[in-house]
Amino acid sequence: MPVYLRPNNLEEALGALQQQPLTVLAGGTDHYPARVGQPLDDDLLDLTNISALRGIEDVGETWRIGALTTWTDIIRTDLPACFDGLKAAAREIGGVQIQNAGTVAGNICNASPAADGVPNLMALDATVELARTGAVRRLPVADFVTGNRTTVLARDEVVTAIYVPKLTDAADSAFLKLGARKYLVISIVMIGIVLVPVDGVVGEARIAVGACAPVSRRLRALEEALTGRRLDAVLGEAVDMTPLAGVLSPIDDMRGSATYRLDAAIAMLRRGLNILGSRMGELP
Amino acid sequence: MNIATSQVTLTVNGLTTELRSPPATRLAHALRDEHGLTGTKVGCDAGDCGACTVLIDGEQLCACMVSVAQAAGRNVVTVEGLAKNGDLSDLQAAFLRHGAAQCGICTPGMLMAAHDLLGKRGSPSEQEVADALGGVLCRCTGYRKIIDAILDVGGSRRGDEPEIGKAVGSRVGRLDGAPKVTGDDVFGADFAPPGALTLRVIRAPVASGRFRIGDLGAFKAAHPGISAVYTADDIPGHNAFGVYPTGKDQPVLADGLIRYRGEALVAVVGHPGAVAALRDDDLPLHFEQTTPVIGISQAAANGATLVHADRPGNILAEGRLVKGDTAAGFAMADHVAEGAWQTSFVEHAYIEPEAGWAERVGDRIEIHVTTQSPYMDRDEVAHVLGMEKEQIRIVPTACGGGFGGKLDLSVQPLIALAARDLGVPVRCAYTRPESMASSTKRHPAAIRARAGCCADGKLLAFEFHGDFDTGAYASWGPTVADRVPVHATGPYVVSNVKNTSCALLTNAPPSGAFRGFGVPQSAIANEALMDDLAEMCGIDPLDFRLINALRKGDETSSGQRLEYSAGLAECLEALRSAWDTEREEAGRFNAAAGDVRRGVGIAGMWYGCGNTSMSNPSTITIGISAEGQVTLYNGAMDMGQGPNTIMPQIAADALGVPFGRFNVVAGDTDRTADAGKSSASRQTFVSGKAAQRAGENLRTKILRLANVGPNAVLEIDHGKIVVHDGEAERTLDLTAMAADAEGDVLTGKGTFDPPTKPLDDNGQGVPYATYGFGAHLAVADIDMVLGNVKIRRIVAAHDVGRAINPTFLEGQIHGGIAQGLGLALMEEYIPGRTENLHDYLIPTFGDVPPIDVILVEDPEPLGPYGAKGIGEQALIPTAPAIFNAVRHATGVRLHHAPATPCRVRDAILAARKSNHV
Repeated sequence: MPVYLRPNNLEEALGALQQQPLTVLAGGTDHYPARVGQPLDDDLLDLTNISALRGIEDVGETWRIGALTTWTDIIRTDLPACFDGLKAAAREIGGVQIQNAGTVAGNICNASPAADGVPNLMALDATVELARTGAVRRLPVADFVTGNRTTVLARDEVVTAIYVPKLTDAADSAFLKLGARKYLVISIVMIGIVLVPVDGVVGEARIAVGACAPVSRRLRALEEALTGRRLDAVLGEAVDMTPLAGVLSPIDDMRGSATYRLDAAIAMLRRGLNILGSRMGELP
Repeated sequence: MNIATSQVTLTVNGLTTELRSPPATRLAHALRDEHGLTGTKVGCDAGDCGACTVLIDGEQLCACMVSVAQAAGRNVVTVEGLAKNGDLSDLQAAFLRHGAAQCGICTPGMLMAAHDLLGKRGSPSEQEVADALGGVLCRCTGYRKIIDAILDVGGSRRGDEPEIGKAVGSRVGRLDGAPKVTGDDVFGADFAPPGALTLRVIRAPVASGRFRIGDLGAFKAAHPGISAVYTADDIPGHNAFGVYPTGKDQPVLADGLIRYRGEALVAVVGHPGAVAALRDDDLPLHFEQTTPVIGISQAAANGATLVHADRPGNILAEGRLVKGDTAAGFAMADHVAEGAWQTSFVEHAYIEPEAGWAERVGDRIEIHVTTQSPYMDRDEVAHVLGMEKEQIRIVPTACGGGFGGKLDLSVQPLIALAARDLGVPVRCAYTRPESMASSTKRHPAAIRARAGCCADGKLLAFEFHGDFDTGAYASWGPTVADRVPVHATGPYVVSNVKNTSCALLTNAPPSGAFRGFGVPQSAIANEALMDDLAEMCGIDPLDFRLINALRKGDETSSGQRLEYSAGLAECLEALRSAWDTEREEAGRFNAAAGDVRRGVGIAGMWYGCGNTSMSNPSTITIGISAEGQVTLYNGAMDMGQGPNTIMPQIAADALGVPFGRFNVVAGDTDRTADAGKSSASRQTFVSGKAAQRAGENLRTKILRLANVGPNAVLEIDHGKIVVHDGEAERTLDLTAMAADAEGDVLTGKGTFDPPTKPLDDNGQGVPYATYGFGAHLAVADIDMVLGNVKIRRIVAAHDVGRAINPTFLEGQIHGGIAQGLGLALMEEYIPGRTENLHDYLIPTFGDVPPIDVILVEDPEPLGPYGAKGIGEQALIPTAPAIFNAVRHATGVRLHHAPATPCRVRDAILAARKSNHV
């Protein structure tokens, strides 16, 4: 009979990982679908009884999103506008059942190129906290996910939290997703944007695109090009997007060709920027 | 360390409950297997369909992704917890009132998600309903009636049941509806006798090749819970099945040769736990892969590998219809339009995977199974097992959606073989990937067609050739080859026609029956040409179709003169007001030049009811017991479309008793007469007529016994029938009459076989006794940059002859439209790639727009009270209307279904390049 461990504190969980290799289970929304029609014989470490790992906390300079925080928790928590994009992503992940079970941390650990949570986490400059017995490390989301379904997570580590540095209240954000149907759809392309305004112009832009490379990508050159631009309804038209072709490396698959994905990403970036530019430009 | 034990305590529907399954077990399975709470359905085990939705601590979750250990101490509510003391909740009642449950397999999930929503929002908006239920898939209803039901939870109860003689035409609820909303309905995977063994099929992982079976003795020795492993050598009768007597080419278990990925190779039977613990790799199977024949062009290529050695050119079947002289017709034409189109494999995606159980009873085998065709199942299993037909009994379970995919055998022969061999009950339920990989599909089509007309719009000539990828085995390929030439001209009068078709064998899943048998594909081509010609003539597309519409007195392309019931023109006229206002509105919308353009498209449809030029009789019987219970023995399988209610509605009026007196026995081959298959849009028309005749037959017997006139009124009471004829009153004492095996003392029987005539070598004849006609209008918004197509509204007008139950008709039309929308925009089955419900997309709550249904009644004298079929008709004009709407919006003609965002965008760019836009 396979092992099924369900500790109620982190120390025990980490201790167990020191003892033997275990598959970590949280929301189950990736674990179970990967095992349809197969024996459920993994040795499991179920983290869901560790209540300290769930919830969103204001911890001074950052927000701490506990590893068991679900997408529904994100939607329901009162957070500043820089989280609106992440909330929008949360509402487009699966259906309500998935949002109620699936965790933010699980989304990055699963490391799908089409993980809807990742672009906005990247745009929020989120970092991931990894713990093993006696050691904690933190690294940016972009460094945590290394490829299609791969991360730096070691065998004896678990993700314990995601940290999001605070921004001014004037910062705003957006998420746009392209799929072939309304609900329960894997993204063809998605974009996440966070803009920090300064005196009616873009003070800081942080932009990421998903499903156009093995891992969602921050678009540094575009961010720089946007800095200082006027916040208005044509913000997205103000910059040259052609260099993106050199940054993104989408694939051809049944959901769309590489060319299409690239074109769609550019169109969605323009739209997202126009929406935010319009919204933020109207502010007093 | 807190190690979860295999005993977990939780609250289920208010009761403290224990679960003893291993802690990683999916909660859905534990609830079903340990506590018989089978209202929680298993549709995918992957969170893709939502059929297993339950509430845990007040929040909706998929019970297939919650471990038993995680449920410890929590409060779980399943569908069985909604009704209180036997009274349906307002939500459940609203579902029944609105016809929101068809087959019922998704209904528990829908109800639980709605229950979650209503607990949080008293009066939700339509958008909130869609958002809250968006995680549950339905393949029958098109979601609209589910939305209606939830928005009307506080609404009034259904009115009184119809009075005598008024059942036909009334919106009575499903006779079999209550169990569908309480979770009590028993589907294929919901029951097996205690001690039943589980059967699992090991399937081909490659599309073509050979396989060798190693040492099964050693395998069994190493797996003590496994009772048997069956191979091709163990099939006692014929290791071949197929729906056509001449097309039995599919082995129950492959004999060394693999013709498609998903093909059944061996069957393993054992204790449920032992079978669940197996991996496919545990079996000693050795594969040798060969290069598969993929797609129509490879199959048709010179020197192509033959999928079946006895099918030269990989040709399974060909169809041909020739009328007049197309060369002469095109020579006279002022305008000629032509084009090429292609479509993809489409999966039925019923939310209930194939499932059932079998047991040996004496020298017979009884099979309880989800099916659309109990009698055909019986005959096929007998053939496979080498038994007499009478030795096989098929007892259909509730059928969680079929759409053509449950006409062919699935679990039946294997569970029957194992139950007979082992002497214990044996069950099998396919997993979702297994269902998708192994079952039949809609044929992909490659079509070339052209049409010519006069300057005044009158069609002169039409030519069509469709190649259809029929996959690895015959299945219903010949039907597609037959039906397409008959229908390909569309519902229009054309004197010079040449339509041909060819079904080609490939190393893909067998293409079979799927709502429309090739006609939805051919209609895409035909209706595109109608729009092309209308544009060339400068005639409004609706008017163009009216100019050419088949009407009473006209001759079809197969030379059949339509004498009755041809209401296409009325359907088109019924769309005119929406057509005018929507086209005007689209013009206004498009004047504000944005990224999104709006278009309005239209398409006509016709479709023959019943089998093509073949006898397809139905027999229905009705009995009255000594107690006065009226029972209709219904062999017309209800897979959600409604025969369990429609047959009694018809019979009630024919017999002259209230609808509410009826009880139904559904589709047991020992208890019901053969009413054929639930396919070809034939049950209302054919079995309905049989039900009418059965009712009339029984009424005649009663009137004769009572010696009264034809207008007498029957009053069935406990133990007697009181017959009122004017002043006279006679009483028949039922208790004094001899009862038959069913306990009935009076019985009536009716049979109907729709009259057809064979088609000659040119496809001329009378292929169908009657046709459904209809037309759809679609309003679509197209994102010119991203290529997304969003359908805003559909208006559907159908000539149904006579509306037996308007609610059911609307339900069929909504569901057909949802499937047509999926065919048009998103559905594409790719073996090995889209074998689940997250890579294979079917429409969700947010994809099916508001639908206006207009029922036209041009009575068909052969049909019951004038009625004819709707099941397939409802799907056919949807994709063409959508494609024509895209064309209206963008000027771009779509030639490839599904028109995914990428394909639409590519078509827009290609058109721009050639300066067409």
